[in-house]
Amino acid sequence: MSEPTAVGTASKAPRDRRYLLDRERLLAPLLLGPSVTYIVALIAVPFLIAITIALSDVTVGDSSYDFVGLQNFSAIVEDPIFRRALINSVTFTAITTALVAVLAMILSLILSANFRGKWVVRLLVLLPWTTPAALSAVAWLWLLDSVFSPIDWVLRTLGLLHGNAIYLGRPGLAAASVIAVQAWRITPLAAVIIMAGLAAIPEEITEAAELDGAGFWRTLVEVTIPLNMPVIAIATLFGAILAFTDMTVVYVLTRGGPVDATQVLPNWSFIRGIEGGDLAQSAAMAVFLFPVLLAAGIAILRSVKLMEVR
Amino acid sequence: MATVEVRALRKHFAGGVIAVDGMNLTIEKGEHLVLLGPSGCGKTTVLRLIAGLEQPTSGEVLIGGNPMTGLPPRARQVAMVVQSYALYPHKTVLGNIIFPLKAAGVDKADRKRRAEAVARQLGIGSLLTRYPRQLSSGERQRVALARALVRSPSVFLLDEPLSNLDAKLRASARQDLKQLQEHLGATTMIYVTHDQDEAMALGNRIAVMERGKILQVGTPQEIYHHPANEFVATFLGSPPMNLLKRDGYQVGFRPESLLPKGTVAPSIDDLGLDVYVRRVEHVRSERHVVGVVGLEDVVAVLPSTVTAPIHPGQTQPFTVAGRNLRFFALSGERIERGRE
Amino acid sequence: MDLTNREEVEQGQRRAAWRRSVGRSALYICALMFSLVSAGPFLWGLITAFKADRDLYNPDLNPFLFNFPPTLEHVRFLLLDTEFGTFALNTLIVGLLVVAITLMFSLPAAYSLARLRLRWSGALGIAIFCFCLVPPSLLFIPLSRVVAALGLQDSTWALVLFYPTITIPVSVWLLIGFTKSIPREIEEQAMIDGYSRVGAFARTALPLALPGIVAVAVFAFTLSTHEFVYALAFVATSSEKTVSVGIPTELIRGDVFFWQSLQAATVLVAVPIALVFNVFLGRFITGLEIGAVKR
Repeated sequence: MSEPTAVGTASKAPRDRRYLLDRERLLAPLLLGPSVTYIVALIAVPFLIAITIALSDVTVGDSSYDFVGLQNFSAIVEDPIFRRALINSVTFTAITTALVAVLAMILSLILSANFRGKWVVRLLVLLPWTTPAALSAVAWLWLLDSVFSPIDWVLRTLGLLHGNAIYLGRPGLAAASVIAVQAWRITPLAAVIIMAGLAAIPEEITEAAELDGAGFWRTLVEVTIPLNMPVIAIATLFGAILAFTDMTVVYVLTRGGPVDATQVLPNWSFIRGIEGGDLAQSAAMAVFLFPVLLAAGIAILRSVKLMEVR
Repeated sequence: MATVEVRALRKHFAGGVIAVDGMNLTIEKGEHLVLLGPSGCGKTTVLRLIAGLEQPTSGEVLIGGNPMTGLPPRARQVAMVVQSYALYPHKTVLGNIIFPLKAAGVDKADRKRRAEAVARQLGIGSLLTRYPRQLSSGERQRVALARALVRSPSVFLLDEPLSNLDAKLRASARQDLKQLQEHLGATTMIYVTHDQDEAMALGNRIAVMERGKILQVGTPQEIYHHPANEFVATFLGSPPMNLLKRDGYQVGFRPESLLPKGTVAPSIDDLGLDVYVRRVEHVRSERHVVGVVGLEDVVAVLPSTVTAPIHPGQTQPFTVAGRNLRFFALSGERIERGRE
Repeated sequence: MDLTNREEVEQGQRRAAWRRSVGRSALYICALMFSLVSAGPFLWGLITAFKADRDLYNPDLNPFLFNFPPTLEHVRFLLLDTEFGTFALNTLIVGLLVVAITLMFSLPAAYSLARLRLRWSGALGIAIFCFCLVPPSLLFIPLSRVVAALGLQDSTWALVLFYPTITIPVSVWLLIGFTKSIPREIEEQAMIDGYSRVGAFARTALPLALPGIVAVAVFAFTLSTHEFVYALAFVATSSEKTVSVGIPTELIRGDVFFWQSLQAATVLVAVPIALVFNVFLGRFITGLEIGAVKR
C-alpha cells in the first residue's frame, strides 16, 4: 500500500496527519463525494420525483400531491396526440439516425484526409453542432419560410419549382424538414466521434491492405469499417439519443404542427407541462422516453467493451 | 522475381530530417540482400520507398528495370512483412491469408486452396480458424509471411521480422527463414535488420547503412574481413574490432586475431602488443580477455584450442598476425598499410 | 502486369495518376458540398444581417446578394435596442461558472475513478455514464418544482445550479479517458520521490492532462450555451435570459420576426464558439478515443 511506516514500528497503521492525502480510503470519498452527491441529488432524486409526479395529479395550479396510480398513463395512451408524438419520435429518430450514420461516415473520411484548406472545412463543417440549437433552428425558420424561403428562390430560378414549397406548413414536408435539420445538426458530432476511431487504427494495417492489393473501396469496406464498428455504433447511438430527446428544433420550427404532424414526445411533454400546466401528464409522457434511452445506453456500453477486445 | 534498383535516392521529411541521403544500389534478380545498420539509419525508409508507401524527394526506384515513380504499392507486386506484422485483427488467419488473393480477383475455390497450401508450408495449417489475438508472436509472424507469400510476389521485403520474438525463438525463427529463402529460391528479397548475426546468416550480400548512406556492399565475408571504413569495422563483430591509434592513422584487428605470443608461428608483419590483462570472461567455450594497451582498451577472444595461461593483473605479450591487420585513416576510411 | 515491360509500366502509371486525380476531385467536391450545406445557413445569415427590409421581404429578389445597399440598421438595433448584450453577458457568466463548477467536481471524481483502485470504480463509472443519458426533456418537470421551491425562478442562478447535471457526467467520462492515457509510472515516480498521491498527480500528470482538461472545459462551455429546455422552463424574465433562449423569444414578438437582427445574432454567437471549439478539436478527439479504448 502507499502508507510508509517507519522501520520497526508496530503493525498498526499510523494515524499520521501528514499522510492524509495518501490514504485511499479517505481520498476516494473526498474526491468522489461532491460529484456523486450532486448527481444523486440533482439527477437521480429528480428522476424518481418525476416518476412519482407521473403517478399523481399534480398541476401548476393544484400542487397538492394525490396519488392516482396509473391513471395518467392510461389517459395519455388514449390521447391521439400522444400516440402521434410517440410514433413520430420513433420514426423521426430512426430516419435521422440512418441519415446521420451515412453522412457522418463520409464526413469523417473527409475530415481525416489531408488536403489544402482542411482547417477551413473543419470549421465550417462544425458550425451546425457548435451553434446553439435554438439559434440555428431560427435560421432555418427563415430558410424554410412559406413565402420568403431562399431555397425556394434557388429552386424557382433553376426552374424546378413554381410558387412556394411551404416546408413547414405541409405535414409531410414539415416532418422532412424537422428530420433534415436534426440530421444537419447532429452529423458533425457523430463525424468527430468516428474520426477519433479512424485515427486509432494503426496506419500499418491500412498500409498492409494497400500492399495486399486492396484499392480504396475494398480497404474501406473490408478493413476500415469493420475495425471501426464499435466507434461507429457509439457515434450512431449518441446521435439517436440526441435526436430522440431533443425538443428545441421542433419547438422553434413548428411547435409540433401543422396539426401535430411533427409532434414529438419531448416537445409535447414540454408544452403540456410548462405551457399547459399539467405536470403529471407531462411527466408520464417523459417517462416513456426512458426505456429507449436505457436500451441505447446499454448498447453503447457494449460497444465500448467491444473496443477493448481488439 | 525482378531486379530492384535505387538511383540517387533521397528522402527528406518535414522538420529537416534526411532519412535517405543519395543512395545507389542494385539488387540482382533472385538475390537476397540485407540492409544492415543501427536504428535511425534510414533502412526502413528505403524499404518503404521501394514498396511505394513513401515517395522519394528525388531519385528513382526501379523494379524490373523500369522506374516505379507514381505507381501505387499494389501495382508494384511487392510483398512486405513489417515488425508488428500488421495482421487484420478482425479476420481469421485464413481470412488474413486470403485477402490479397481476393483483391487480385482469384476465385473462391482457388483462393482457399492456395491459402491452405501456403499455410501448411509454413506449419500453421491448424490455425486457420483462429484470430490474431489468439496467436503467439511466432505464429503471428508466420501468418504474416504466409499472407505475403501467397501472392507469389516479385520482390519480398522484410522489416526486422524477428525483432518481436524473444531470444530463443529468434534463433529457430532464423533457421525457418533460411529454409524459407531456399523455398523462395528465385524471388528477390530485401531484408532489413540491425542485428548483425541475422545479417551474416541470411544475406547473399549485405549493405551496411549509416545516416541515410550506404557505406559498403559486399558478401558477409567481404564485409567482415575487409571493412571499407571504421564504422563498418566496428559495427560488425561482437565484441567489435579493436582499434588503436597510431601516429596519423589507426590500426585495427578483430578480437579473435589477438592471440598470446607464441600461439601462432611468427612472421615479419606481425604486430606485437603488451597487454595489461584486467580480467578474463568465460563466454561459452571461449575466453574473452579484457585488457589495456597503453591507454586503449582491447579485447581478445581465445578459442578453447588456445590453452596458454592468462594472468589477470599482469602484463602479457600478445601478437596479431600481419595479414589480420587493417588500417584506417583518422577520419575512418580504410587505407593500405601505413608504415610508421 | 509485367514489370519488365516498359509500356505496361507506363500504362500503369498513367492509370494510377488518373485514379489519383479522380480521388482528389471527389474529395474536394465532397468537402465543398459538406461545407456549403453546413455553413450555408450561416453564410447566408451573415448577408441577411445587413439587408434592408425591402431587399429582404421580397421573394423575387436574390437572397444571396445585396439588391439594395446594405444597412447596419438591424445590427445596430440588435446591439443597442435589444437585450442582446445582456443575453450574451448572461450566457458568458453562466458558462464560465458552470465550467468552473464542472471542473471542480469532475476532476477529482475522474482522478479517483481512473487512478485509485477501488472495488466499485467500474460500476460507478458505468453509473455516471448512465446519468449522462437522462435528458433535460425528462428532468425539467421535477427540476422546475425544485426551482420554484428554492425561489430561484426567473434567475440565472437556477441555470448555474442545474447545468452541471448535464456537464458533469460527460466531463467525468471524458476526463477519465484523458487521465488513463497518462502512464501511472510518472506519478508513481513522484510518489517515491516524496510527494503524496495528490501532490504527485498535481505536479506530474496534471500538466500533461492540461490540453484534455481545456478541451473538456470548452465542451462544457458549449453545452452550457446550447441549453434550451431548462432556460426556457426556468427563466422568464428578459434580463435573466441567456442567448439561447433570449434571442428566439425577444426577437420574435408574436408574428413579427426581426429577421435581420436574428441572423446577426446567430452569426455573432456561432462563429466565436466554432473558432474556439475548432482549436481544441484535436485534443477533444484524442480524449474520446482514449476514453473508449482504455476502459
